Amino acid sequence: MNGIYLDNNATTRVDPAVVEAMLPYFTEQFGNPSSMHSFGNKVGLAIKKARMQVQELLGAEYDSEIIFTSCGTESDSTALLSALKAQPERREIITTTVEHPAILTLCTYLEKEGYKVHLLQVDHKGRLDMAEYRQLLSDQVAVVSVMWANNETGTFFPVVEMAELANAVGAMFHTDAVQAVGKVPLNLKDTKIDMLSVSGHKLHAPKGIGVLYLKRGTRFRPMLRGGHQERGRRAGTENSTSIVGLGKAAEMALEAMDYENTEVARLRDKLEAGILAKVPRSFVTGDPDNRLPNTSNIAFEFIEGEAILLLLNKFGIAASSGSACTSGSLEPSHVMRAMGIPYTAAHGTVRFSLSRYSTEAEVDRVIQVVPEIIAQLRKLSPYWDGDGPAAEPEKAFAPVYA
Amino acid sequence: MWDYSDKVKDHFFQPRNAGVLADANGVGDVGSISCGDALRLMLKVEPESDIILDAQFQTFGCGSAIASSSALTEMIKGKTLEEALKVSNQDIADYLDGLPPEKMHCSVMGREALQAAVANYRGEVWSDDHEEGALVCKCFAIDAVLIEDTIRANNLCSVQDVTNYTKAGGGCSSCHEGIEDILARVMVERGETYTPGSAPKQEVSPVGLTNLQRIRKIEAVLESVRPQLKRDGGDIELVDVDGKTIYVNMTGACAGCQMEALTLQGIQQKLMEELKEFIKIVPTKVSSLTRAMKG
Ligand SMILES: Cc1ncc(COP(=O)(O)O)c(C=O)c1O
Ligand code: FES
Repeated sequence: MNGIYLDNNATTRVDPAVVEAMLPYFTEQFGNPSSMHSFGNKVGLAIKKARMQVQELLGAEYDSEIIFTSCGTESDSTALLSALKAQPERREIITTTVEHPAILTLCTYLEKEGYKVHLLQVDHKGRLDMAEYRQLLSDQVAVVSVMWANNETGTFFPVVEMAELANAVGAMFHTDAVQAVGKVPLNLKDTKIDMLSVSGHKLHAPKGIGVLYLKRGTRFRPMLRGGHQERGRRAGTENSTSIVGLGKAAEMALEAMDYENTEVARLRDKLEAGILAKVPRSFVTGDPDNRLPNTSNIAFEFIEGEAILLLLNKFGIAASSGSACTSGSLEPSHVMRAMGIPYTAAHGTVRFSLSRYSTEAEVDRVIQVVPEIIAQLRKLSPYWDGDGPAAEPEKAFAPVYA
Repeated sequence: MWDYSDKVKDHFFQPRNAGVLADANGVGDVGSISCGDALRLMLKVEPESDIILDAQFQTFGCGSAIASSSALTEMIKGKTLEEALKVSNQDIADYLDGLPPEKMHCSVMGREALQAAVANYRGEVWSDDHEEGALVCKCFAIDAVLIEDTIRANNLCSVQDVTNYTKAGGGCSSCHEGIEDILARVMVERGETYTPGSAPKQEVSPVGLTNLQRIRKIEAVLESVRPQLKRDGGDIELVDVDGKTIYVNMTGACAGCQMEALTLQGIQQKLMEELKEFIKIVPTKVSSLTRAMKG
């Protein structure tokens, strides 16, 4: 496949060097790391090395703070459920309206179980109100969970500062850093962040491997109980192959950190500026001055995202959309709704997410194709008339029911 | 990515009859911008004959919404209004070689645009008579509104009930929590609280069918399979109907033979389709007469 892949926030390709590092652990190095023979021992050492590679990427103080899990979602669930179990006297959770479903769906469930969930609102650029946050913090709060960077817009949240505030009232602080790890430098040992989630497949490691960072001294209750793997904090025989892969990917991400924040960011900016210059009635969502270096989320007014994706796909370009139709739901993305993006634009949002494999030629090609596609779909739209929106679009098209 | 048929893709990538129809004399606007779908259907009708001479559309929506609009215009061109109004949403979906369950509402929207445009041509006001809810059960394509209405109409109180009445929840189980949420909400309205463990309603009689109607239907189904059983030297007799359990007596060569279970399963399936409810068929060795005397 020689397509143009700009959907790296959904998942990334496994780096060939990562695959190479993993291969021996499918074949000759197949031992169980817990075993007492040399088959197992070698694997145990490889896992130890991977743990240190991840520790370094996260800037964690100890390698024992790294717990390997099966995915970002498992890390998120483990963190929140552990915080609640370990502090039964605290019955409140603070999180945001724009978290990934891995947090939000869990919180909806916990609410039904009797916990009080506070959802922090965001403004039109997806920014939190720190005064509201301060007000909600109390000795009733068991855990605060705020993502490091939003997966749809790339917008950063001030998690380091928020962790300090949580710490001051004795609440635990968790961050879903699935989108940030590998793209921005982290130094967890200098923060009050107690728990942090990582997902391997967002940084060129395989799918189905994750990490929960657990700061030393943080009270903890395991979600999976059983054997003594991961010091009893996550039972189940290790996914040794993927752990080795994630270690290698972490090492490579650290090496590429500068490139990610200079060259990838430059390409992203070029892509965005190129599209905005050629497509009328389009705008960037989220906070463009404070976001991941690889992400650009653009709203195209008066057309629908799934249709855009299908046409992009025809040109071999892969991206994603916050429209309702792509998910089979009736509402567009909760992130766009939370920012108050009007429906006529929210359904037409497209997220382009680059990686260190993205090239200048690819970006140029997308800048060339997108305006044509948008124009083609607008020709079909009842909200569009010639070169601009139908005069007073809301009135020009008034469906019988709404 | 959706599993769209080639026909859907074709109509999306090369939409037929797209754009404004300048001399339209019937226009129907339907849809909801919040759902991400909106469709304007424009018709040019010949007043003398009521024949649709031309039809064009404009659609804000996803791939299947655009494809459904395109298909609709192709299907109705050249038809009289009466003929065109016979086009159902299922016809639109069939024309496109099917739509994913989450996307069936696109074909419904097409059908509604047609009604709205015809009403507009005739100078009538069309109003939407159905409300569509979020899809709850993907296995059987059942939405929240249908589940809610069914719970309300029949005072249902368990997921099992909902499955018996609507099929929702009878497949992969992933929608059970969603069904429970609806149950909890509706039961509060009638002053009850939902408890997950509660047993299904005792008597499950289908909406709108009396016991007599049910028995007639059951008899009719048995009648339809009887010739085949007779060919194999057997017969079947209806013994009793107790709620959703149907007692039958298998006689002759069928009784006790290896095929009995298999045959019964087939008949049970037929009965369920006919009665539109879950039923269980249980063979007994008593005849209808002796059972009637006992009971
Ligand atoms: C912010 C965020 N959290 C969690 C996840 C889930 O990660 P995983 O797919 O590894 O469970 C994702 C991936 O889509 C994500 O973007
Ligand atoms: S979604 Fe309802 S049973 Fe599968």
